[in-house]
Amino acid sequence: MSRKPYVREISHTTWYLARRRDLLHMAQEVTSLFIGIYTIMLLWGVKALSEGPGAYQVFLDALGSPLVIAFNWITFVIMLYHSISWFSVTPKAMPVQIGEEFLPGGIIAAGHYIAWVVVSAVIYYLAGGFNG
Amino acid sequence: MARSNKPMVWSLFAAGGTVAAFVMPVLMLLTIMAGYGQLTDSLGYEGMKSFASGWMGKLFLLVVIVTCLWHAAHRARTALHGLGLRADKAVAVIGYGIASLGSLLAVFYLLRI
Repeated sequence: MSRKPYVREISHTTWYLARRRDLLHMAQEVTSLFIGIYTIMLLWGVKALSEGPGAYQVFLDALGSPLVIAFNWITFVIMLYHSISWFSVTPKAMPVQIGEEFLPGGIIAAGHYIAWVVVSAVIYYLAGGFNG
Repeated sequence: MARSNKPMVWSLFAAGGTVAAFVMPVLMLLTIMAGYGQLTDSLGYEGMKSFASGWMGKLFLLVVIVTCLWHAAHRARTALHGLGLRADKAVAVIGYGIASLGSLLAVFYLLRI
């Protein structure tokens, strides 16, 4: 070790602002907060459902409050961002090897996008969304 | 050999991220529609009760709630570290504690439907 090692100053709190790549990474990390809040909302709905029609109506009324609707619209956009960024890194996290070759990342990502559309359409259909 | 809970937490995190990516946007849309008073047949009490009474509905809700809670807890931990909070142990205990409690509550409530 040299006696005066060079230490580059990096801020603990704002380092991700310097580079676009880091900023996008931080944005992806922050989506977890919204996923967490929405999941707790879902858990509250299940609790209300287990308690009976009265409790469930209170839950539905809460979903209709302007503040919750505004929060849910914001969360919806953030969820879309989570899905798109998650599927775009899937080929890197889960490479598929066939023989000596690796399947091109674009095909893996495209497969996930198609599956995403199908899964969403099936859930929407099962929830009666296409009944008009 | 040293044992670690890391692989387990990480696999729940990855599973939750994937589950969330596939189903969260459409669930959000349905939640918003319920807020506007639409889809009263399927998302009203009777519709949701019959959905959650079957084992497939129970399994769906359980998988979504448990994996997404663990995903959020783990990622909030790395995010808070990235944002400069140096209290990893406390963050881990609180985050994984909420995820554990939420997972148990999900099982408890679903079994009562």
